[in-house]
Amino acid sequence: MYQDTAKDVYRDGLPVIVVSLVAGLFAGTILGSETMRNGIESVPGLLLLLPAFLATRGGVYGSLGARISSGLHQGIIEPRFELDERLSNAIIASFINGMSVSVFIAIVTFLVLTLTGQSGSLGQLVGIMLVAGFLSAILMLSVLVSVIILGYRRGLDPDNIIGPVVTTLGDVFGVLFLLVGVYVVGLVV
Amino acid sequence: MSSGDLTGDGGDSEWSIRRMVMTMVPLLAALSLLQMASGSVLEFFEGTLLTQPSLLVLVPVQIGTAGNLASIMCSRLSTQLHLGTFELSPSNPAIRANTGAVFALAATVFSLVGFAAWGIGTVLGGTLTLLEVFTISMVSGMLLALLVVVLSVASVTASYRLGYNPDDTTIPVVTNLCDITGVLILFAVVVVVV
Repeated sequence: MYQDTAKDVYRDGLPVIVVSLVAGLFAGTILGSETMRNGIESVPGLLLLLPAFLATRGGVYGSLGARISSGLHQGIIEPRFELDERLSNAIIASFINGMSVSVFIAIVTFLVLTLTGQSGSLGQLVGIMLVAGFLSAILMLSVLVSVIILGYRRGLDPDNIIGPVVTTLGDVFGVLFLLVGVYVVGLVV
Repeated sequence: MSSGDLTGDGGDSEWSIRRMVMTMVPLLAALSLLQMASGSVLEFFEGTLLTQPSLLVLVPVQIGTAGNLASIMCSRLSTQLHLGTFELSPSNPAIRANTGAVFALAATVFSLVGFAAWGIGTVLGGTLTLLEVFTISMVSGMLLALLVVVLSVASVTASYRLGYNPDDTTIPVVTNLCDITGVLILFAVVVVVV
């Protein structure tokens, strides 16, 4: 039954939110670091695409988590590591969503730069988004599905786990993979 | 009780790849267009951000926490909807409990963030005072909590009325709107304080 009081919700939410706070500070520290600030200065458009890129992680994988959670609550997904059709469909769809939106963001960023009379490289932006988007997808999909299923088996409500896991991993590794993307594309170009 | 529709076995089309991609991609694309607004704000303040790393540290924390609070609230309301117990009313005990918890969590987290962002920023070479960073964090954080509550309830209700599965729509919509408004609120407070 969902008759939790504010105190229950607070108590359930606090540990995970503090963990994600620490992770957010970690992401912020990477963002504020000398290396990243150099990247921001050398790649036109990096700050412009940052919110869209980080938000896409939340959108794609947060909704995957909520979908699996509702499936578990409704009893139409079993908490096992067998890829039944529903679960594997949801995972494949999330991968497609994540990758296509990442490329879209690169293109839009390039257009905004062009329209506002700034110089930018479409190849560089698409390359960075492909690398960062792909690495995030692999990490998020494997960790998220495992954590939800293992948590559910131990009696944790997936609704309380998803948000923090997604934002925590999404932001820390989002910023980190963005930095990896800048580095990898810098080697190729 | 029309709220039974979502829990019924309305066919497995709900779980087809095509359906999930077709529902989500246009939505995510539209939302990333909106995100360009907060990206532009960040870019506009690039000079300030590069010299005051405390503010750069605050950006992902502020956004991430808003997204977190929104996601806790939305997925709880959305599960209620699937179980058929959701009712849009100020006397709904679940809405009340979630609202109280969101404000309490925000107060706890954003006071801690104020200290931490100041400390890290100072180490990275920033010059803002503790009072400035703390005020920025708390004021923008509490405004953000208010926003989370209003948007969560509104969008769960809206996606239900429009017949979308709230799992596909609510969380992306709410976290994105919180991100965008969060950055706007953050820099509005920065302009006032600094």
